[in-house]
Amino acid sequence: MTEDLELERISEAEWTLAKRGEMRVPGRVIADEETIAQLRQDTAEKREWNALQQLRDVACLPGIVGEALALPDVHPGYGFPIGGVAAFDVKDGMVVVGGVGFDINCGVRLLATPLDRAALTSRADDVAKGLFETVPAGIGSEGNLRLPMSEIDSLLQQGASYVIDRGYGLAEEIEFIEENGRIEGADPDAVSTIAKQRQFRQVGTLGAGNHYLEVQEVAQILDPEAAAAYGLGKGQIVISIHTGSRALGHQIGQDYLKVMEEASRKYDIPIRQRELVCAPITSPEGSRYLSAIACGANCAFANRQVIAHLVRSVLHRVFGMSPSSVRTVYDIGHNNAKFEEHTIDGEVRRLLVHRKGSTRAFGPHCAESPAAYRDVGHPTLVGGTMGTASYVMRGTELGMTKAFGSGIHGAGRYLSRKKAAKKYWGEEIKSDLATRGIILRAHSTRGIAEEAPGAYKDVERVVEAATRSGISRPVARLVPIIVIKG
Amino acid sequence: MSEGRVKMAFEYLDHVSDVCIRACGETLSDAFCEAARAMFNVMVDIDQVAPQVAVEVRVSARTPDLLLVEWLGRLLSEKDLSGLVFSQFSATIRQRGAEVALVGSARGEAFDASRHEAKTEVKGVTYAGLRVWEEDERFMAQCVLDV
Repeated sequence: MTEDLELERISEAEWTLAKRGEMRVPGRVIADEETIAQLRQDTAEKREWNALQQLRDVACLPGIVGEALALPDVHPGYGFPIGGVAAFDVKDGMVVVGGVGFDINCGVRLLATPLDRAALTSRADDVAKGLFETVPAGIGSEGNLRLPMSEIDSLLQQGASYVIDRGYGLAEEIEFIEENGRIEGADPDAVSTIAKQRQFRQVGTLGAGNHYLEVQEVAQILDPEAAAAYGLGKGQIVISIHTGSRALGHQIGQDYLKVMEEASRKYDIPIRQRELVCAPITSPEGSRYLSAIACGANCAFANRQVIAHLVRSVLHRVFGMSPSSVRTVYDIGHNNAKFEEHTIDGEVRRLLVHRKGSTRAFGPHCAESPAAYRDVGHPTLVGGTMGTASYVMRGTELGMTKAFGSGIHGAGRYLSRKKAAKKYWGEEIKSDLATRGIILRAHSTRGIAEEAPGAYKDVERVVEAATRSGISRPVARLVPIIVIKG
Repeated sequence: MSEGRVKMAFEYLDHVSDVCIRACGETLSDAFCEAARAMFNVMVDIDQVAPQVAVEVRVSARTPDLLLVEWLGRLLSEKDLSGLVFSQFSATIRQRGAEVALVGSARGEAFDASRHEAKTEVKGVTYAGLRVWEEDERFMAQCVLDV
């Protein structure tokens, strides 16, 4: 197995996994040397959870095109590696549960405020308290927007615009959400009643685990042209919202795991891992799953929209700020399978691109970007840890050809939750952050330890590897001031 | 196949991004009940959850390992539908034609942040690392939970 997973360096930040055995395409890992060393060590030690092995297994799936990709935040997931990208031909390719996961369209919304650090500092405790009390988060939390079944169906079809039409946001911000906050083809009938019932209490909730709400300062501008297009300036206060499709997405994932398991047997699809159960994109099962994924994705867009509205209400209470002065910079998901057109060997092809723990990162002049961002490409949002930094990046022309227009989504874990909880103590992290001027409010002390900054790879290295490979460019570095965790 | 009541054991295996649970029991049903305790203990401290209210669960699957995913997946759904967190489980597992069927219950109470230690949310039950097997006259059940 070790020989099968040998990586060959092809440039400063890129390694290739040669096509061998059942692989239909080669694999490519874009990373720094430290990450590559970790991947090799996992392989040498025959660890059960091995991102390289997962990448190889994805490369064996029918209909995959180009290369199976792992981006710099790569780490082992279930089925797909996290930080994975895989594109399938729509005619003979697959839709794969492990390539989307349970938290469908989990992603980040970035809001820009007119505040600077000095203006925030005097009221930081009030903002932290307001956000903690206003945005439902953590186990057992419930949202205020309770939707009956028929209304849930409308939300699943309309996404962010459904809640904006009901007063949770501004019409003009729709353009600044990936896919305008609504993915086509969402069929609520493809979503189980249980999934809709589970969502009843969860619209507008943050969740727990690695989800967060952060008030951040733009500490550094690294690409003045793109930053100007995005309306970001040094010293500006911005707010990141990291959450997904909540219980509705979780239930879709659970329901379709079973459907795909049956479909894999029905269509006799050779899979190397059970979590890679899948169905042909054109099959009734695959098509229905894709309709459900679109519903889950729309639910996530609506969820982040409601939370953005709650954030605005807090800023209004504390600073008297109008909703329109808190602008959506962008909203982008990092767990999804979407139809896109890409050029492969000079030919434009329609593909289903799975991104598991990676974002779309379309470069300059793509029609999918908002008009105001078209010259530089849309932003991608890279979540850091509560004690380090997050980044705004942008895609490149090279990334369009090399990585199906994809970018990194975060730092990537390197310590398990179990090890992190043993090594770190929640209260200690909280006081350590406090000495650095970071206010942390969390619903779970254990959760703080599991999400300790030290449990993640160094985000700076991850961003640098993405930059060196040429698939993305850093635009702005954001440092946390207030962190709200579930 | 078996009926489960006895309190046995579970552990968490190392997984970088998610949580791998392994449970064991004298019977297959015991192992399934312990797996359920392991899963809820990821979300809350189950020792703090009083088994006051019961919810009935019926699931079936082609094989025992797929049944484990169905059982744990259904319990996650029940958590949100009922607004409860659970700490005590019972299960009876029987072969029913071509399928394995489980009839069981989960007992718990409404989550109360002032009394219950909140931990991490479980999003789903995956096929990754999924195994149900017999070893040294004990039944073992294992899978990775997405958190």
